Amino acid sequence: MKSTLKHVIVAGGGVAGMEAAGSLAEMGYRVTLVEKGEDPGGHLLQWHALFPDRRPADEVRSYLRKRIGHHNVSVITRTTVEKIKHHPGGTVSVNLSGGTEEKADAVIVATGFELFDARRKEEYGYGIYDNVITSAELEAMFNRGRVAKADSTVPHRIGLIHCVGSRDEKVNNNHCSKVCCVTAVKQAIEIRKMLPSCEIFCFYMDMRMYGPYYEELYRESQEIHNVNFIRGKVSEASVNINNRLVIKVEDTLAGRPLRMELDIMVLMVGMEMAEAGTRLAEASGFKRGINRFLETGDHHYGNNLSGIRGVFYAGTCTAPMNITDTISHARAAVAETVRYLDGR
Amino acid sequence: MYMKPEGKKRIWAEYQKEIPDDHFFYVRSCIRQTFFAGSEQIFLKIMRDDLGKDVFEDPRHTTCTGIGYHGDVVPFETIQAVVARHFSLATEAGYRHIAISCVTSFGIYTEILETWKHFPETLERTREDLYKATGRTFDVPETISHASDIIYKFRDEIARKAKYNLVDLATGKPLKVVEHIGCHYAKMFPKHGIGGAEFPHVLIGMVESWGGNVIDYPERRHCCGFGFRQYLVQANRGYSIFASRKKFESMEPYRPDMIIANCPGCAMFMDRWQYTINEIDCITYGADGQGIPVLTYEEVAGLVLGYDPWEFGLQYHNVQSLPLLRRMGIKADPARRFLAKDGSRLPEPANLING
Amino acid sequence: MSINRSNRFGFVISPSRLIDYDTSDRKVRDYVTLREPSFKLCFACGGCTATCTAGQHTSFNLRRMNTYIRRGEIEPLREEVTRCMLCGKCLLVCPRGVNTRNVVAVAAEAISKLERNEL
Repeated sequence: MKSTLKHVIVAGGGVAGMEAAGSLAEMGYRVTLVEKGEDPGGHLLQWHALFPDRRPADEVRSYLRKRIGHHNVSVITRTTVEKIKHHPGGTVSVNLSGGTEEKADAVIVATGFELFDARRKEEYGYGIYDNVITSAELEAMFNRGRVAKADSTVPHRIGLIHCVGSRDEKVNNNHCSKVCCVTAVKQAIEIRKMLPSCEIFCFYMDMRMYGPYYEELYRESQEIHNVNFIRGKVSEASVNINNRLVIKVEDTLAGRPLRMELDIMVLMVGMEMAEAGTRLAEASGFKRGINRFLETGDHHYGNNLSGIRGVFYAGTCTAPMNITDTISHARAAVAETVRYLDGR
Repeated sequence: MYMKPEGKKRIWAEYQKEIPDDHFFYVRSCIRQTFFAGSEQIFLKIMRDDLGKDVFEDPRHTTCTGIGYHGDVVPFETIQAVVARHFSLATEAGYRHIAISCVTSFGIYTEILETWKHFPETLERTREDLYKATGRTFDVPETISHASDIIYKFRDEIARKAKYNLVDLATGKPLKVVEHIGCHYAKMFPKHGIGGAEFPHVLIGMVESWGGNVIDYPERRHCCGFGFRQYLVQANRGYSIFASRKKFESMEPYRPDMIIANCPGCAMFMDRWQYTINEIDCITYGADGQGIPVLTYEEVAGLVLGYDPWEFGLQYHNVQSLPLLRRMGIKADPARRFLAKDGSRLPEPANLING
Repeated sequence: MSINRSNRFGFVISPSRLIDYDTSDRKVRDYVTLREPSFKLCFACGGCTATCTAGQHTSFNLRRMNTYIRRGEIEPLREEVTRCMLCGKCLLVCPRGVNTRNVVAVAAEAISKLERNEL
C-alpha cells in the first residue's frame, strides 16, 4: 500500500540527521534516513563524555536512537547519497550509492563533518613519533578506561595543542572549529581525574569558551583540577633519546621561547567539510563557502536554506557547531521543510 | 629509533622532485671552494669518472653574490642579474639543467625562479638589466638541482660501486650519522626539497644506501647559525656559535660517529665551532670526547667509493676524521696528510682536534 | 652555560633566552599556590598590570611576574617583587577574583626564603 504521507529523505545519519528524522516522523511525515556507516550516530558514537558538564555521551546517543525508533522512520545504512536533483513539479530525486534512485517530496542534507587529518601538520610528527595522538584517539582511551603511552606506561605530563588544522592558512583552513577549546578543557579535566599525578598543559592561541558554562569549565579546570595553560603555538615536536617528546613553543605571556618534554601530545584536530558531503555538493550543484562548508541562503535568518527548492541543510555540513546547536539546527531545518511542504 | 617509518615514507613520497639524468651546468660555491677545496673536485670526479655524466663548467661564472645579498650589501635586482648571467652562460653552452654546489645559491636560485614565476615583470626587468650591462640574453633553465639532489638520485649506483660502507668494521654495526640540511635547501620552498622541510630525505637516503644509520635528535631542524648578516661582524659571531652549540648538546647523548651536511656553510661552521667551543669552554663532543667529524656529502661519497681522503682534503677540517676512517677500515696514513704530491710539506694547521 | 674562558675571539657565545621547563624549579610557585590558592585562577589578562601604580614608573609587571612564577623563572623577579607598593588597585580589577595583593606579598616572602635556602 503506497503511503499517503509526504516523504522526506535525510542524507546523513549523524546527530543532525537523526534529530531531523525523528522530528519529521513525529509531525507525520515518512522519513528515510540514509547513513554511510554501519550504524547511525555519526561522530557521537566515538565520544565518551560531553562538555560542559561531562555527562555520558551515551545518554545523548540513547535519546537520538529513540527518536529514530519512530515507526515513520526507515533507516538505510552503509549507503551514501550521491546526487540530489529537484524536478519541476516538486519531486526531488535522490541517487544512492549502489545504483538506486529514490524519490522524495523534500530532502534534508545532514552529511556532517570530518576531523582534520593530523598528518598534514608535519611538524607535529603525527604518524611518525609514538605518543602523538589526536583528541579523538584520546577520547577512545577514555572509552577504554585507560590513558597510557604507546608502550603502556603511565604518562606524567601531557600536552594538548589547540588549533590543529584550524585558523591555519598553511593547511588552507582559515576558520575556527569552535568546539576544540572546550573539548581540550574537558579532556584535560578528565585526564586529571584519571591520573592525579599527571601534569597537563594546554597550549592555546585564544581560549574560545563561547557556550553556556564553557567559561566556567575553564575556571574550574584551573581552580580545582590544576590544569596549566600556556599561550603560544607549538612550532615543532621531536623526540629525545628517552623517547619523550620535546616541544618548542613561544611563551607569549613571558615573551620568551619555551622548551618542554611531554609524554603524550594530544592534537586538538579541527572540523572540515566531510568528503561524502563534498561529492554530493559537487554532483548536485550546492554552493560551498570559502571554508568549503555548504553555503546557506542567509547567515542570519536562512541558514538551513540551500537555494534549491525542496533541499534543506542541517548540522555541521554548514559550519562547525557543538551537539546542542546541531540539534537546534536540525529542528530549524525541519521547520523550514514543513513550511515548504505545507505550502505546496 | 622510536619512530614509525611509514609516516616518514609517506611524507618523502609527497615531496619528490624532478632531477635530471645527465648534462648539467655546474655552478660552484665560494665557501666550499675556499674551505673544502677537494669537495667540488671529488664531486666532479665521481660524476664524470664513476657515473659517466656530462658536467660542464664555465670558468667565467662568478659568485652568485648570495653572501652579499643575505648580508644586505647586494640588492635583489643585482643578484637577479648575476644569476641571469649564469643562465646565459648555460644557454650559450647548450645546457638546460643547472647543478648547484652551494645550498645558499640553491636557495637564491629557487627564490629568483619563484619570483619570476609569480611576478613576470621582474623577469622582464632582469632581461633588460642583463642586456644593458653585458649584452647577454638567456633562457630560464628547465631544472635546477642542488648537487646533493644529484648524488641522492645516483646513491644506489654509488652503493653498488662502493668499496667501503658506513659501517663499523669491528662490530659490523652501522655508523650513527647525524644529518644536517642547510636551511635554504627546503625551509623557504618545501616543495623544492626532497622530503620537504620537516623531514628532508636527501641526506638520509644517501646515508642509508651506504649502510649507515641516521639519528633523529630534538634539535635536528635547528639552523647551524651561519646566517651571513650577523657573522660578517666579528662581535656577533656569538649568535652563530650559540646555534651550533645547541645542536651539539642535543646530539651528544646519541654519541654520533659523524655529521654529514649538504651546505658548505653548515659544514664549515659545525667543524669550526667545535674548535672554538673547545677553546672557550674546554668541551669536546663526540664519542670518546674526540670531536664529531663533519663531512660534506661529496666527501662521504668519496670515502665510500674508495678515494684517498687526503687527495680530497679531509685533513683540512678542524676536527680530524682519523678515528672515523679507522672504524670504516679505510687505510689513510696520517703521516702523509700534509705532504704534497711531490713530497714537499704543506702548511700544517695548529690545534687540530684529535689530530 | 658558557664559562667563556677566553675572549681572544672578539665575541662571547650568546646566552640562551629559552625557558627550559624541565630544568627550572617551581618551589616558589608551589609555596604561593599553597598560601594563596586564588593564584591558580589567573588567566593573564593584564588588567591588574594596567592599573598598577608601581608599573607606571618601574619595571614591575604583575602579569609577567605571575607568568614567571608559574614557569619557575625566579631570576628576573628577585628585585622586581620588592617594588609593589601594596596599594591594592589591582584587586579592584581582577575579573577572576585573584587576591593579587596577597600573591605579591607571598611571592616576596617565598623569594626571600629561597635565597636563605629555607624553601
